Amino acid sequence: MENITPQLYTLLVFMVVGSVVAIETRNLLSAVISVSAVGFALSVAFLFLGAPDIAITQLVVEVLVLVILIRGTILIDNTAIESHRDTLAVVTSLIFFGLVLGFGAMIFGGAGFPEFGEPLMRVSKVYVQTGLPATHAANIVTAIILDFRAYDTLGEATVLFTSILGALALMRREGKTTRREVATA
Amino acid sequence: MKGMTLIVRTITDFVVGFIVVFGAYIVLYGHLTPGGGFAGGVIIACAFILLMLAHGKDVAFSKLGQHTAHVLDSAGALTFLLIGWIGLTAGYFFMNVFGRGEPFRLLSSGMILPANIAIAFKVGSSLFLVFAALATFRRKSFRAIIEDELT
Amino acid sequence: MTVYFLCVVLLTLGLYCLVAKKNIVKKVIGVVIMDYAVNLFLIIIGYKRGGVAPIVEPGMSPNVLEKFVDPLPQALVLTSIVIGLGVLALMVSMCIRLYEKHGTFDMSQISNLRG
Repeated sequence: MENITPQLYTLLVFMVVGSVVAIETRNLLSAVISVSAVGFALSVAFLFLGAPDIAITQLVVEVLVLVILIRGTILIDNTAIESHRDTLAVVTSLIFFGLVLGFGAMIFGGAGFPEFGEPLMRVSKVYVQTGLPATHAANIVTAIILDFRAYDTLGEATVLFTSILGALALMRREGKTTRREVATA
Repeated sequence: MKGMTLIVRTITDFVVGFIVVFGAYIVLYGHLTPGGGFAGGVIIACAFILLMLAHGKDVAFSKLGQHTAHVLDSAGALTFLLIGWIGLTAGYFFMNVFGRGEPFRLLSSGMILPANIAIAFKVGSSLFLVFAALATFRRKSFRAIIEDELT
Repeated sequence: MTVYFLCVVLLTLGLYCLVAKKNIVKKVIGVVIMDYAVNLFLIIIGYKRGGVAPIVEPGMSPNVLEKFVDPLPQALVLTSIVIGLGVLALMVSMCIRLYEKHGTFDMSQISNLRG
């Protein structure tokens, strides 16, 4: 589609408002649901930006993020949180983040950064031109992650394996030492 | 954990087979249409998670046990590494040595199809295992806390 | 350029939530928001005006290849989304363990306990 800027702005403003709601609300369950709304809006934004692979992946991952976060929050009976405001931390972070925003405005408003809608594509020109003849795969993104840059996918599989292993190790019922002590006692 | 009401269980019985087939379609046609191993693996994990939520953990573990899921997880990762080593024997690491085939057919593009299947096994079984561990975690009972205090 | 600036705003909101909130589940939500902001920024950098998705169809003329959006950031973001899910599972399992040991989600009370 030709001009997606109005739709993109609407979705981005919706995401910012949803994040502010998720940050400031007192009820944990409402915060989790707001974050999931932000994730679904992100999936629609990916579709407008011409990335259907990413939109499918973000959508199904968002469902699992919602399920896992709800499992983490329904542990406690009362999901409301009291707020004791720690003024030093809040003021320091506000000053710091004002500086970050000013820096961002300087970088993105200045010259040298490519405009929105005109990517440089110095490396991707080669991938797009030789994607189909070299690999016979019609999906150029799959050809990149599994043929041209398969080593990065190996690294990703390792990171996923390690993090899931860590989560499973944390969720064991007893450690091995406890069983041995109980057995010899 | 126990299951849900009769309506939820009936609808799950109708739907869960189609979810697995849809996930397998997204994995197998990953080199022709959007999708690939990651999205398809997550969809297949979602099917098993739905089975566990609706029927309880005993039915879900009878369809895909924990030991089997661990074995599939490791086998997927090792298969992906093995595909890279096969390329090393003929040139460089991860070189595409299988036959290319014609474009726009299912059995084409060399090692992309086996790699997609390996990734889907790995991602699907990992996510099912981590959800099973999170959902069946029981807090320590009162008696266990008292015994810990006394010893 | 305002599009990039809105992405930086989203990233800053996630970072503020991670630093200034006391509840540990709110901190996890801050990390999730930062994850979304970074993935969105990468895809927005690769967008081409009037572009189409980078999937070749049979019988496509070669000058449609000029209209493809950049496929390289999409390849990076695809793995990043699934890694974010794995890291979230690890963080939530840490929250569950902390709750079991200390009985609260409040970080100021947890860091005050000694021994």
